[in-house]
Amino acid sequence: MIRLESLTKVFDTPKGAVVAADHIDMEVPEGEICILLGPSGCGKTTTLKMINRIVKPTSGKVFINGEDTTGLDTQTLRRNIGYVIQQIGLFPNMTIEENITIVPKLLGWDKAKYKARAREMMAMIALEPDAFLKRFPSELSGGQQQRIGVARALAADPPVMLMDEPFGAIDPINRAVIQDEFLKMQQELNKTIMFVSHDIDEAIKMGDRVAVFREGKLVQYSTPDDLLAAPKNAFVESFLGEDRALKRLNLVKVREIVTDEIGTVTPSDTLETALAKIDDYGYQNAILMINERKQPAGIISRSLARTTKGYCRDHFQAVPAVVDLDDDLRKAASLMFAHDQTWLPCVDKAGTVCGQITQRAMTSHLGARYRARQGDDRKPSAAIKE
Amino acid sequence: MELLQYALDNASLLLSRTIEHIALVGVAVGIATLTGVPIGIAITKNERVAQNVLYLASIIVTIPSIALFGIMIPVLSLIGHGIGYVPAVIAVLLYSQLPIIRNTYTAINNVNPALREAARGIGMSPNQRLRLVEIPLAVPIIMAGVRTAVVLNIGVMAIAAYIGAGGLGTFISRGISQSDSRQLIVGAIAVSLLAIIVDYALLYLQKRLTPKGMSRQAATP
Repeated sequence: MIRLESLTKVFDTPKGAVVAADHIDMEVPEGEICILLGPSGCGKTTTLKMINRIVKPTSGKVFINGEDTTGLDTQTLRRNIGYVIQQIGLFPNMTIEENITIVPKLLGWDKAKYKARAREMMAMIALEPDAFLKRFPSELSGGQQQRIGVARALAADPPVMLMDEPFGAIDPINRAVIQDEFLKMQQELNKTIMFVSHDIDEAIKMGDRVAVFREGKLVQYSTPDDLLAAPKNAFVESFLGEDRALKRLNLVKVREIVTDEIGTVTPSDTLETALAKIDDYGYQNAILMINERKQPAGIISRSLARTTKGYCRDHFQAVPAVVDLDDDLRKAASLMFAHDQTWLPCVDKAGTVCGQITQRAMTSHLGARYRARQGDDRKPSAAIKE
Repeated sequence: MELLQYALDNASLLLSRTIEHIALVGVAVGIATLTGVPIGIAITKNERVAQNVLYLASIIVTIPSIALFGIMIPVLSLIGHGIGYVPAVIAVLLYSQLPIIRNTYTAINNVNPALREAARGIGMSPNQRLRLVEIPLAVPIIMAGVRTAVVLNIGVMAIAAYIGAGGLGTFISRGISQSDSRQLIVGAIAVSLLAIIVDYALLYLQKRLTPKGMSRQAATP
C-alpha cells in the first residue's frame, strides 16, 4: 500500500517558484498497479520520484504499508522500493548477474542466497540463466535489458515498485510483449506499483487505477473504465481522446455482454426448420448450426433456406468467426468488421457454443455510461464521482 | 652509422639513464595520480571550486619548465634540495595535475545521468556509487589523462638534466655544452622513443583496466 498525503514539490527557478506537485493526496491499495498519467511537465514523474526521494519533497508525507517513511534513512527506504527507469540504467561495468544481485548485496544477503535469487529472477523474466548471467548489458537487446532492469528492481522482493515510463524506450512490438509478461508476473507477485506513463493505451492496459495529472495537480483518480466512461472535465476528456469509447473495448470482456440465448440448428434439421427458427428468433440473415458436441459447425443463410429444400448438413457455409468468453470486445469488434457480421457466436474454453454477441449489445453497453452521464449534466455536482 | 656506434659504445650508460628517466617520471606521475584523482573526484561536488582548481592547474602548465626550476632552487635550498631529484619530481608532479585532474573531473561528471539515478534509486550510498559505478566507468578516461601526463613529462624531465636530476636529458645537455651532435641526437631520439613506447604500454594497461562490459566504448583520445 502506498499513501501520499499532501505531497508537494516547489522548485525554485530563476523565473520564480514553480509548483511541480501540489498537495497530492492518493492511495494505492496493496497489490494494485496505479498509473500516473498526464502530458509532460504535469508533475507525474516528480510525484513518483518523491516517493523514493530522488526528488526531495517540499512538504507532505509518504506512507508505505501504513508506515510513515519520513523518519526512514534514505538508503534503507530506497533499498526496499523497486525502481525501474525508462533509460533502464543497467551498470555497463557489471555482468547481468552483478546487476541483478546488487540490491541483495547492498542488503547484506549471503552469496549463495543472492546467486540463487539471480537464477530465480532470470526464470521469472524468461531468460536462460546460463546464457545470460555472465554477459554484459551491452550485449543484450533493449527489450532484454529492460527485463533485466525489472529483475534488478524485484531482486530483493520489495513490497512496492516505482516505474518511470519503464517500457517507453522499447519498440511497440516488444513493448506489448513485455507489458503482457509484466502483467502475468504481477498476478503472482502482487506488488503495489506506481507507474508513470504518458500513453493512454498503456495506462488502460496496465492500470488497476489511473491518476491523471495536470499542472502539478491530481485531476482524476479512478479505474480505467470509469476514467473513460466518465472523464471529470474537459481536460481529461481531451487527453483521453475522441476515440475514448473505443478504448473501452479493451476493458470489457465478451462474457460481460454475451447473451446466452442463441437459436441453433443441427445438421439433421431440414432447411425448413432452419427458416422457421430464423424467423422465430428474429434473425436477419442466418442461423448457427452446431454439431453433436455443441460446437459451431456452420451457418445456414436465410436466403438459402428459403429457396432450397433439403437438410442443413448439405447446405451450410463455414462459420466466419467465433469469440471466446475471455476475449475483449476489441477483438470481437475487429472480427465483426473483418467478416462484415453483426453478431458472432461465443464459445467457452471447451469450444462449446454458449451464446452470442451482437453489435447492438456492444454499442449499448459502451454507450450506457455516457448516456447516464449526459443525463447528469444538468446537475453538475453529481457528475463528479469516481 | 656514427650515431649507432656511439649508442652501442655507451649502451650501458644509455640504459641506466633511461631507467633513471623512467623512475623520475614514474615516481612523479605516480604521486600526481594519487593526488590528482582524489582532487578530480572531490571537485565534482562543487562547480565553482572545480573551475578555480582547473584554472590554477592550467596556469601551472603554462609556466616554462626552466622558469619553474629557477623558482624552486631558492625555495628548496632552504631544505637543502635546491637542485637534483626533488625539484625535478615536484615540477613533473605539478605539470601532471592538469591532465589528471581534468580527465578525472570530466569522466566522473560525464557518467550517464541515468546510471547515476539508477544507482541512487536502488539505494547506494554516495561512496558506494563512486566505488561501484562512477570510478569503474571513469577509469578509461582517467587513464587517458595519466598517459597524457606521462608523455608530456618525459619531455619535461629531459630539461631537468640542467638542474642535475639525471635521466636522458644529460645526453642532450652535454651534447649542447660540448658541441657534440652525436650525444645530442642520441639523447633526443632516446627521449622520443621512450615517450612512444611508454604511451603504448600505458594504452595496453588502460585497456586492461577498462571494465569488460564497456570495452567497446573505451576512450582512446
